[in-house]
Amino acid sequence: MLLALIFRNAFRHRLRTLLTMVGLAVAILAYGLLSTVISAWYAGADGASGARLITRNSISLVFPLPITYREKIRQIDGVRAITLANWFGGVYKEPKNFFPQFAIEPESYLNIYSEFRLTDEERREFLRDRKGCIVGAKLARTYGFKVGDTITLQGRVFPGNWDFVIRGIYTGRDAKTDVSQMLFHWDYLNETLKKRWPGRANEVGVYVVDIGDSARAAEISRAIDIQFKNSNAETLTETDRAFQLGFVSRTESIVVAIRLVSYVVIFIILAVMANTMAMTVRERTAEYATLKALGFSPLFVILLIYGESLAIAAIGGGVGIAATFPVAALFAKTLGKFFPVFDVSSTTVGLQMLWALLVGLISAFFPARRAARVKIVDGLRSIG
Amino acid sequence: MSDALVSLRNIVKTYRRGQQIVPVLAGVSFDIEAGAFLALMGPSGSGKSTLLNLIAGIDRPDSGQLIVAGEEIGNLDEADLADWRARNVGFIFQFYNLMPVLSALENVELPLLLKDMPRRERTERARLALEMVGLADRADHAPSELSGGQQQRVAIARALITDPTLIVADEPTGDLDRESANDILRLMQRLNDEIGKTIIMVTHDSRAAGHAHAIMHLEKGELSGREDVRA
Ligand SMILES: Nc1ncnc2c1ncn2[C@@H]1O[C@H](COP(=O)(O)OP(=O)(O)O)[C@@H](O)[C@H]1O
Ligand SMILES: [Mg+2]
Repeated sequence: MLLALIFRNAFRHRLRTLLTMVGLAVAILAYGLLSTVISAWYAGADGASGARLITRNSISLVFPLPITYREKIRQIDGVRAITLANWFGGVYKEPKNFFPQFAIEPESYLNIYSEFRLTDEERREFLRDRKGCIVGAKLARTYGFKVGDTITLQGRVFPGNWDFVIRGIYTGRDAKTDVSQMLFHWDYLNETLKKRWPGRANEVGVYVVDIGDSARAAEISRAIDIQFKNSNAETLTETDRAFQLGFVSRTESIVVAIRLVSYVVIFIILAVMANTMAMTVRERTAEYATLKALGFSPLFVILLIYGESLAIAAIGGGVGIAATFPVAALFAKTLGKFFPVFDVSSTTVGLQMLWALLVGLISAFFPARRAARVKIVDGLRSIG
Repeated sequence: MSDALVSLRNIVKTYRRGQQIVPVLAGVSFDIEAGAFLALMGPSGSGKSTLLNLIAGIDRPDSGQLIVAGEEIGNLDEADLADWRARNVGFIFQFYNLMPVLSALENVELPLLLKDMPRRERTERARLALEMVGLADRADHAPSELSGGQQQRVAIARALITDPTLIVADEPTGDLDRESANDILRLMQRLNDEIGKTIIMVTHDSRAAGHAHAIMHLEKGELSGREDVRA
C-alpha cells in the first residue's frame, strides 16, 4: 500500500512527471556523453605512449640535464627502463633542408621506441658503427637516402661538419609512427664534444622513461621531479604524448569547460526536479495533514515524499543511463577519427547513478521537511 | 465525577495572527458522556472547529485540562498523541479528505496500516466497513469516480475501521446536497444507535444538528447553551 501510494502519487500529474523524467533522462544522458568525451580525450592523448615519460629541464627544452640523472631516475619506483635523446638541429646541405635529428643511446632507445622497425641486420650494423645513423622511411624517400650513404650535417646547436653513415632505414609499426627522423649515437656526439667543447659534454636533452603502466604516469612523473627539486637542473616530466603535442596545457581548459557544462546540466535538472517536488508536495498539504491526523507519523510522510522523488529519479536516470550506450555508439561511429577510444566507462555509469540519486534526494529534502513540520490543523485548513 | 468520555476544564485557546493575538476559546468547560451524539453549533468563526480539533488531539490548548478517553491528552508528546489518535479517534471531514490515488477499499483500509495486521484481515475488514455504509459495490472505484455523498460514506467507513472510541465530524454535510446530507446524517445516527459510537459533530446547520441527541451552542468562544433533542 505504501508503494502503491508512492507510485500512484508519482504519476498523478502524468504530464508533469513525464516531462520531469524526460528532462532527467536527457540530463543524465548528456552528463554520460560529456564524461565519455572527456575520457575519450585523455585516451586519445596518452593511448599511444602514456607508458612513456619525457623528463626535461624545467626551465626550457634548450637547457640540458646532467648525464648523472640517468642512474638516479632508473632507481625510482615504477621506472622500467630509461633512455636519452639530444636535439641536434643540423642542416643538410642547405638551411631549407631541415628534419629532426636526435643523438640517442641506440640500444635502450630502440627498445623503448619499439614502433621504430629495423631489420635485425640494420639494427646490428647501426649498433656496431659509432658514426652510424638510421633514418625514417619517409625521410629517406624525400632525400633519396640509401643504406651505406654518408651524409654530412652542418651543426647549428653544435657547430661544425658532422659525418654519418646510414646503417638502416626504419619503418613505423603503424600509420601514427613518425618516420621522418634521423637518429644517431649520443656517444659519438659526446666524445666529439669532450674534445672540442668539454664544458658541453655529458649533457642530455631529455630522458625518456618507460613506466609500463600508464595509470601511474602522474605519480611517477611527480616522483622524478621531486627527486631533482632544488638541484641545479630541476626537471619537468610529462607523458610522451603530452610532451610532443604540448597537449595538456592546451586541452585542459576545454576539458574543464566540458566538465563544467556537465555539472551545469545536472544543476539545471536539479532545479527543475526540486521545483516539481515542491509544487507537488504543496498541492498535497491537506493530504499529508490528513495522514498525520489519522495517526501516521511525520516520518511516514517523509518516506512518501522521498520515495516519490527517488522513483522519478530512478526511472528518469535509468532511461538516461540506458540511452547512453546506443547514443555513445553512434557518437563513436561519427567521431571515431577524433577519438580512437569512445567507450562508456563503468565510472561514468556509476557517476550517472550517483547524480540521479542525489537529484532525487536533494529535490525531496525541503518539501519533505516542510510537510513533516506543518501543523495538522494548518495543513487541513489549506483545503478548499 | 468523571466517567465522562470527554472532559474539558477551563480550556483556553488563542491564535496568533502576526502581532495580533486572537482569543478563540475563553475558558470552556463541559463533559461528554460515552455514547452521546452531540452537535456543536454556532456562527462561523465562533471556535467550533478549534474546539473539535482539541478534543480530537490534532491541536493543543494553551491552558486548561483536557481528558479524552481516559487520557490527559495535553500532556502527550507528538508521537504518543499520534498513537492515541490512531486508537481512539475516527475523523470525518467536510471535504472527505480521501487519498485520491487510492481506491475506496484502500482508503478504508489505510488506518489499519498502523495496526500491525495481516493484509488479508485488513482487506476483509475494509470490505465489511464498506458494506456497512452501503458501498460494497464501489470498492474499486477511485474517489473521483464517486459522488460527494458516496465519498463521505467511504470516509465514514474509514473512520469506523479502527473501532475508535470517538468519532469527530467537522461539517460532515457542509459540501453535500440535502438528500445526500440526510443519508449521511442517518448513517451517523445508525452508528450511534446500533453500535453505540460516540459522535461529536460540528455544524452550523440546525437541520443537521436535529439528527443529534444533544446540541451545544458556542458563541464567541464560550458555551451559550446545551439542549437535548427529542426526535
Ligand atoms: N490555525 C489558525 N490560525 C489562526 N487563526 C485561526 C486558526 N484556526 C482558526 N483560527 C481563527 O479562530 C477563529 C475560530 O475558528 P474556527 O474554530 O475555525 O471557527 P468555526 O469552525 O466555528 O467557524 C476564527 O476567527 C479563525 O479565523
Ligand atoms: Mg469550522
